Amino acid sequence: MSDHAVNVQRVSKVFNLGKTNEVHAVDNVDLTINNGEFVTLIGPSGCGKSTLLRLIASLVEPTGGSIEVNGKPAEQARLDREYGMAFQKAGLFDWRSVSKNIELPLELMGWSKSERASRAQEMLELVKLPEFGDHHPAELSGGMQQRIAIARSLAFNPSLLLMDEPFGALDEMTREHMQDELLRIWDETDTTVVFVTHSIAEAVYLSSRVVVMSPRPGQISEIIEVGLGDRDTSTREDPEFFKMVTVVREALRSVESQ
Amino acid sequence: MTAVPSAAVTSAPATKARLARWSAPIIAGVTILVVWEASLALLNPAGFVLPPPSAIISAIFENFSEVWMAARVTGFIIVTGLIAGAIVGVVTALLVTRYRLASEILTPLAVSLSAVPIIALAPIFNAWFGLLSPRSNQMIVVILVFFPIFINTAKGLTQVEPSQIELMESYAASKWRITREVRVPNALPFFFTALKVSTSLAVIAAIVAEYFGGRQDALGPLITQSAGLTRYDEAWAAVLAGTLIGAALYMITEILERVAMPWHVSIRGNDPAAN
Repeated sequence: MSDHAVNVQRVSKVFNLGKTNEVHAVDNVDLTINNGEFVTLIGPSGCGKSTLLRLIASLVEPTGGSIEVNGKPAEQARLDREYGMAFQKAGLFDWRSVSKNIELPLELMGWSKSERASRAQEMLELVKLPEFGDHHPAELSGGMQQRIAIARSLAFNPSLLLMDEPFGALDEMTREHMQDELLRIWDETDTTVVFVTHSIAEAVYLSSRVVVMSPRPGQISEIIEVGLGDRDTSTREDPEFFKMVTVVREALRSVESQ
Repeated sequence: MTAVPSAAVTSAPATKARLARWSAPIIAGVTILVVWEASLALLNPAGFVLPPPSAIISAIFENFSEVWMAARVTGFIIVTGLIAGAIVGVVTALLVTRYRLASEILTPLAVSLSAVPIIALAPIFNAWFGLLSPRSNQMIVVILVFFPIFINTAKGLTQVEPSQIELMESYAASKWRITREVRVPNALPFFFTALKVSTSLAVIAAIVAEYFGGRQDALGPLITQSAGLTRYDEAWAAVLAGTLIGAALYMITEILERVAMPWHVSIRGNDPAAN
């Protein structure tokens, strides 16, 4: 396997190319993400952070440049199911039980029924909802649904997890709890995470590097090394944490005032 | 944060609620029949205005074999037309939402077909299929049922949460697999709503089409002939038979809906445990 989980080189994405409503969502972006890193993409709306994530996921075709995931072209990586993905909306299927939702990617990959069932149970334990397998998604709270969505994205053991504002719709308390859960899972599974957010505190708390993006056209304006070491309950009150929050905030401010 | 299984807690109130749900329409129905019967006895209008419920019910028993036979003939047309129309509607919706070319050809065709006053075609269809053939009446039902099923199912197949499609694409799922796993389950509530509307449409379409032709031992001719002979209680008895067919089909649709999508919020009800 390649050293880099993600390698983005001179990538651009123009929507509605050649039309009057042409948008340069991502413009000439370079970004390398190492295996095992936790990287957040942050920036004002319209800065192309979600588009960049979708380019890495090969859900959107780049207009120019090249993207490699685990050393393969992004599209091949998608076809080989190299990554798992989670969205702001949990996006669970109401017509499947919680377990069957987690099993969905495994069904697509042709796992046997018993393998799927035991894997789903393992994942339920990982996200600390072991007794909810037979429930319907609508019976769970928003935070629980999001945990199931994370379990689903990790079910087939992808080495890369792509997350698009997964905690954006949650209340503050649930959100902090979910951040701790995600860090624990990240620690336990050696997964590389690329995480889109618009919360500065969330970016600083979660990541080893924060990628600050600027809009019109979407570009990377700064990459900030966080370097807070292992997080625990005291981290959120640590002066070092606040210092990093200020650094990111100022980087974002200079982006806004451009 | 916690979700509690609700079945055990709510069984007693649930029985009570079910009782309340059934008793309300029964009480309302009985009240209407009593008021109807009583006001006719008081006002005593000429028989052609409106016969009392008792006369209609006794007309059903007196002419049972005739009404039963007519209901079977018309019922067959309704059920076969409904099933065929639903199948054509669903298949067209699947093609249109899956293939761009199919959409460009079929959608305008289907929409212009819906603008045609279809019942008005009955005399023309009689000329095509033969005046006494039930085929023309069936065709009227099929065409009438097709449109609401097609439009609603197509809407349900396309109106899907975008991130659910992206999720399936991230798993490199095929288009067909996305249709099966996401679009079809998403379209079920839309389909069943359309099917419920279609049951009453099918009854109306079949009986009105029968006024113009088709088998002469069906409900439509029974109504026109009885009314022509001033046997209004018998005409009403035939109307009641049509109503019962419509009500039965509606109930069967509801049962099918429950079997097909037990997960849906309209079936499960809003679970108070979710927050």
